[in-house]
Formats: sequence, C-alpha cells, structure tokens
Amino acid sequence: MQTILEQQAKERIASTIARYFDSKARDGRLFINLGVGIPTLVANYVTSPNIYVQAENGMLGVGCAAPEGQMDHDLINAGRTCITETPGCSYMDSAASFGMIRGGHVDATVIGAFEVDQKGNIANWIIPNGKQLGVGGAMDLVTGAREVVIAMQHTSKNGKPKMVKQCTLPITGIGEADMVVTEYAVFVFDKGRLVLKEIAPGITLEELRAITDADFDV
Amino acid sequence: MACDKYRSIEDAIAMVKPGSRVMVGSFGLAGYPEELIEALSASGTGELTIISNDLGTPGVGLGKLLTNNQIRSLIGTYYNWNPEVAVAYNEGRISVKLVPQGTFAEAIRAAGVGIPAFFTPTGAGTELAAGKETRELGGRACVLEESIHADVALIKAYKADELGNLVYYKTARNFNPVMAMAADTVIAEVEEIVPVGSLDPECIVTPHMYVDVLTMRKS
Repeated sequence: MQTILEQQAKERIASTIARYFDSKARDGRLFINLGVGIPTLVANYVTSPNIYVQAENGMLGVGCAAPEGQMDHDLINAGRTCITETPGCSYMDSAASFGMIRGGHVDATVIGAFEVDQKGNIANWIIPNGKQLGVGGAMDLVTGAREVVIAMQHTSKNGKPKMVKQCTLPITGIGEADMVVTEYAVFVFDKGRLVLKEIAPGITLEELRAITDADFDV
Repeated sequence: MACDKYRSIEDAIAMVKPGSRVMVGSFGLAGYPEELIEALSASGTGELTIISNDLGTPGVGLGKLLTNNQIRSLIGTYYNWNPEVAVAYNEGRISVKLVPQGTFAEAIRAAGVGIPAFFTPTGAGTELAAGKETRELGGRACVLEESIHADVALIKAYKADELGNLVYYKTARNFNPVMAMAADTVIAEVEEIVPVGSLDPECIVTPHMYVDVLTMRKS
C-alpha cells in the first residue's frame, strides 16, 4: 500500500470534497459550513462561484483567510481565524446563524471526526481525558445541516481505524453522517448501509478493508 | 450629551452583585465588553454564574474572572480555548453546564421572547441530553431545553445613539443581540454614542427598549 503523508492526505481529502461540491453547485447555489481543520481547507479548492460559506459565529459569505497586515480580530470564523468579506456577505446574531443551520437552510456541513461508525453515528466533540470541556456547534451542525460530510484521515495517528463498527467515544449525533471522505476512499450511507463509492489509486480493496473496522458494501 | 442611560464603567459594573447570573456577549475574543470585564475583575465581585459561549483564554478577557476565583458556575458551549476551565472543574472549584451552541443561542433568545422551553433534535441521544425530557416530534427524537435568563447582561456593541439603540460590527455581533433581550439589567459597552436620529432606523439591530445602561470605552 502506498503511504500518504499527512499533509498530502489532508489536501487530497479537501480537494475530493471540493470537487463534489463544485459538481453539486452546477445545479444552483450551495450553502456550506466548514468545521475547523481539514474542512476549512475545502474552501481553498472549490472553484464554483455558486458556493457560499456560512460561519456559525454569524456570517454568510465568508471569504479567504485575511492576509498578514489586514487582520481584523472582530472579523473571524468559528475557528477564530481572521477572514475576509465577499461581495454580498452578511452578518447575523448567533441565534439567527444557528437558525440557518438548525432550520435546514445550510445545504452541507463538513466536519472532522474522531470516529464514525457503520450506522452513521459520529463522535467528534470530546475525548473524555479530563482535558476537554466543550461542544461548540458540533451537535447543531450534524443535526441541522441537510448533508453531513465527514472529512478525516482514515486512521488515527497511531494507525487505529477511525471508521468503526460502533463508536466508543461519546457521540455527537445518531445516524447523522451522509458521506465520509478519507485520503483512501469515499463512502456514503445509503438506506442505513455504508457503501464504498470511490477508492484512491495505489490501494487495493483488501488493503482498504484491513484499515477499516466498519463493515461496508462495495 | 443628552443620555440618561450613560454611566461610567465603574458605576455600571457595580450593578453586578455577588452571586449574580451574568451573561456576557463574546465569541473567543471577538465582541466582548473588554472594559466592563476588566472592571468586573478589578471589583473582585465573586460567586458569579457566567453565561457565555466560552471563557476567552487563560488570564485574558473572561478568563481573568476564573484566574481571580470570581466564578462559581459556568453555562456555555466551548471551554477548550481556556484549559484552566477543565482544571477548575476537575478540582471541583466550579460547576460547568455545557450546552450545544445553537441550543445555547436559542435558549437565550427564548428567554428574551417569553418562551420558557422548547424542543429541538440537537443533542438527542447524546450525553448532553442525559436527564432531559425527550419526545418524538416530526419523526425525530427531540430534547426539551429550558430558556436561559440572567440578572445582568454585559454586551458589546459598536455604536449607540443617546436613546440606547445599538448597531454592531461584523462578527463581533455574535451573542450580543440575543443577550440584550434576556436579562433584567442590560449594560452595553460601546465605542461611540451618537445623537438620536443619526443611526439609520433600518440598520438598528437592538432597539433601545432593551438597553438599560450605556458605557463607553475609554480607549
């Protein structure tokens, strides 16, 4: 199996999701929310002018990261990165912003995860190690967004599968995952079954199964 | 200046009493009433319940109140930016109630508009729904969430007029407008107070009815 370095893995995941969104946006405008980490990178790869990024701290029409020297600390995304405006952007209070998410107006959210299981359960808000104490908007996003795309490396840093039969960490939402994109594969949930959609070049199906604890259909 | 709501930062913060439930607008360090929080930390007023999205970073912004031992309990959504919160919680020095961020915003809005509680699918089946009533509505499991009200709200706005109408600046708006509706006493820290009539009525976000006290940043 061809090893993929971390940076290359992240870029591959982000560009795969960006291609998916670009193709969806051919049919009309697409409103997306991007979580911290790999999900944020997706914005660097989308090319469609029909894609609008929403940030749950109260903005629609988020632009690229603010260049050095032009940072405004009152203009940030939910990861506290200084960002820029796009023409036609707007600001709203947190209740209205989460109203967009919880009301099903946001087409898709891209989020990272510690674990996703074969039933579509997502664990991404806490590792109970006594050091973390926060949920943020994770539960609202997985419940409210029309489509939940998980962007994560296929295995943890010590090589453990992150796609599991059953989540062991506290879950963020029950059966909310719609798609999982890793550096090796794209999976979708179809009628409660996990289905392999794409496999990356340089990896065989057997090798993919060896690093995936979850059962999936091909 | 013809503004009967105007008070000095010190006089305004004296309205926060020991044991008060205090809401504070913020998202990280964006849009928080910096000089009111400085004054609150200088006042030493303790036993506070702080209702805010997060608690800044250690020793900065709202983080100062924890470093100073002024906090008894926290209600909020995300404390990973300030690791001192988990430490204080593990040592039993403070209680912490975590709420999903959208539920938190909605619960504050609900308090402001006379809705005592509401059902939402957010959090259903998770640890954060433990002990809460769950009901199936529209084919989905939903959790009953109670509204969140405070004694005092400390909010940050960009500009006020002399009546107390408020406008905000970019993503510094965040929780401030909903908190302005959900507390017995609402104190707004602003950068500038302008004459009545000079703010475009179409652009006013918080009407002056909600605002009790105006303070102005010194710097």
